[in-house]
Amino acid sequence: NSQTVVNRSFKQLSRPWGACQAGWRSTSSRSVPDVASHHPAEVVSSFPPLQTYTEEEGMMREAVKKYAQERIFPLVSQMDENSQMDKEVIKSLFEQGLMGIEIDPEYGGTGSSFFSSILVIEELAKVDPSVAVLCDIQNTLINTLFVKLGTPAQKEKYLNRLSTDMIGSFCLSEAESGSDAFALKTRAEKHKDYYVINGSKMWISNAEHAGVFLVMANVDLSAGYRGITCFIVDRDTEGLEIGKKENKLGLRASSTCPLNFDNVKVPEKNILGEIGHGYKYAIGMLNEGRIGIAAQMLGLAQGCFDHTVPYTRQRVQFGKRIFDFQGMQHQIAHVATQIEAARLLTYNAARLKEAGRTFIKEACMAKYFSAEVATLTTSKCIEWMGGVGFTKDYPIEKYYRDCKIGTIYEGTTNIQLSTMAKFIDKEYNV
Amino acid sequence: LSCKVLSSVVTPCYCFVSPQIRVKPDNTGVVTDGVKHSMNPFCEIAVEEAVKLKEKKLIKEVVAVSCGPQQSQETIRTALAMGADRGIHVDVSGKDYENLGPLQVSKILAALAKQEDAQLILLGKQAIDDDCNQTGQMTAALLDWPQGTFASEVSLEGDKINLVREIDGGLEHIKINTPAVITADLRLNTPRYATLPNIMKAKKKKIVTVKPADLGVDVTSRLEVLKVEEPPQRQAGMKVETVEDLVVKLKEAGRV
Repeated sequence: NSQTVVNRSFKQLSRPWGACQAGWRSTSSRSVPDVASHHPAEVVSSFPPLQTYTEEEGMMREAVKKYAQERIFPLVSQMDENSQMDKEVIKSLFEQGLMGIEIDPEYGGTGSSFFSSILVIEELAKVDPSVAVLCDIQNTLINTLFVKLGTPAQKEKYLNRLSTDMIGSFCLSEAESGSDAFALKTRAEKHKDYYVINGSKMWISNAEHAGVFLVMANVDLSAGYRGITCFIVDRDTEGLEIGKKENKLGLRASSTCPLNFDNVKVPEKNILGEIGHGYKYAIGMLNEGRIGIAAQMLGLAQGCFDHTVPYTRQRVQFGKRIFDFQGMQHQIAHVATQIEAARLLTYNAARLKEAGRTFIKEACMAKYFSAEVATLTTSKCIEWMGGVGFTKDYPIEKYYRDCKIGTIYEGTTNIQLSTMAKFIDKEYNV
Repeated sequence: LSCKVLSSVVTPCYCFVSPQIRVKPDNTGVVTDGVKHSMNPFCEIAVEEAVKLKEKKLIKEVVAVSCGPQQSQETIRTALAMGADRGIHVDVSGKDYENLGPLQVSKILAALAKQEDAQLILLGKQAIDDDCNQTGQMTAALLDWPQGTFASEVSLEGDKINLVREIDGGLEHIKINTPAVITADLRLNTPRYATLPNIMKAKKKKIVTVKPADLGVDVTSRLEVLKVEEPPQRQAGMKVETVEDLVVKLKEAGRV
């Protein structure tokens, strides 16, 4: 009965939204509604706009904005030029608590919410999308996998380090399997109480600095994707070789390396979750990670836009600001609209996930759209800046180079569209 | 020094995000609507110093105080996220807030200090919106406490405080008794960022709201702002070829 469904989801919706105004953190059962900070003078609407933040989310966003501007911005150009993430930046990301946003304080984490992670990623991406992706992968892929699937022993061993000083890498793709991820060939052979992993991975982000690798390997290739299992592999394990990082068009400060596994011995207790369930975990995590990438692309577009509009307001040609030409105004307003739409898609997908509702289609839409918007925005921004937009003296061309990966990684645009189509097909299946 | 309570004053100030400060059309003040307010930089330094003293276990508790409308609570939360233990929000809004000056704030602080049995008051030397540089000094006078203003170094020695003050002639070293008032200058320290875990912890810390009347303070202003105007527009200069020309031009302008 569709009416009951609507009513049920209405009730589910109104509590988190209304409670948001009172400073309540939605999903976690750890939190208690903070009634003390609810001010009677405020009108609590059951349907606040998407751009409504709890006090905590607002403070986090401000803190990260300030930190990114002061500690990351001065190093962006140099990190891009040298294709090298500054060690101080990595250290300060941990110090600020940005690498364990959803991890419980019991394990040294910040103990905040998914939406806070999204805001953090967006703010970081405004300044440097490479730093944002480092933070995104850690929070939405690595930490989530450990928190959801880790045994108490595994959590004890890794969560603390992931919040305080250790970066993780997620290893799924191979040279012969990108979009066709489950055709991966890296295999894990069982021996008594350990497995031996052989194979290679490609396009692994954060690999240069990672201390732990979550490796998707197949324990039984004859079972197809149902043999895929997630293994925790420490960096210093014998046989694990981290290849030279790629020389990329964009996101250069983020290391992307091939990995080689040559008889890498991994104890049984290092299996994360259940044997043969790796494919499920991968899909599940990527659905969430998608929203993170949407936030990254959104921040990228906004950051680029924020650097460009002031220029158009200053630059004078033919006796007036170039911003004052109607042609320019229309283009600028169009791009601003696209960015706003991308923001709403992203925030809504995040809130849906927090509310425990289905969010996969919306997450796909957010990632797909934000990546397209980032491409459009950066391209137009270079045009609006004219000649200076084309030089490395200005940050615009970096955003232009960085945005392209958005339509490719963590699920190509074509994959996103196909996934959405599957959902749409089901919706009309009467 | 077993300090009972350290009061650190956090004054919300106007911190303009984009550097276009505009005078109101009726010349009664500057436009504050839609302008981002944040903690006064010197007060940030004061809070940092207080938190540092607590970390060194020289004082027991840091209480952050702010006088103003509802938004002042955000500033207190920032102080809590930096490490203050609890906050007191003195609710002053509307016309009262517009006319709130150093004398009223000093009276409020003096009343709070007595109520909280504080041993030390740490403030920023001045607010960057009105540049008064009076609150610390007035508070000390009202309480009849010693004051160490423009502090660039603070150290506690028993129940006395060693201070280095930045003065026009250089640096002055003084020793004052407690209880005392200290105002922070720029080089006292570099304020820490509020890390995300600390922001989360700050949520659990209490902020109590009081009204000036509860403290027995009358906030009516003894000053009336007559007019606020922008400085005159900078005129274009003139270039001259020789010193003789310069003298002629100066005479023409009636300057010599």
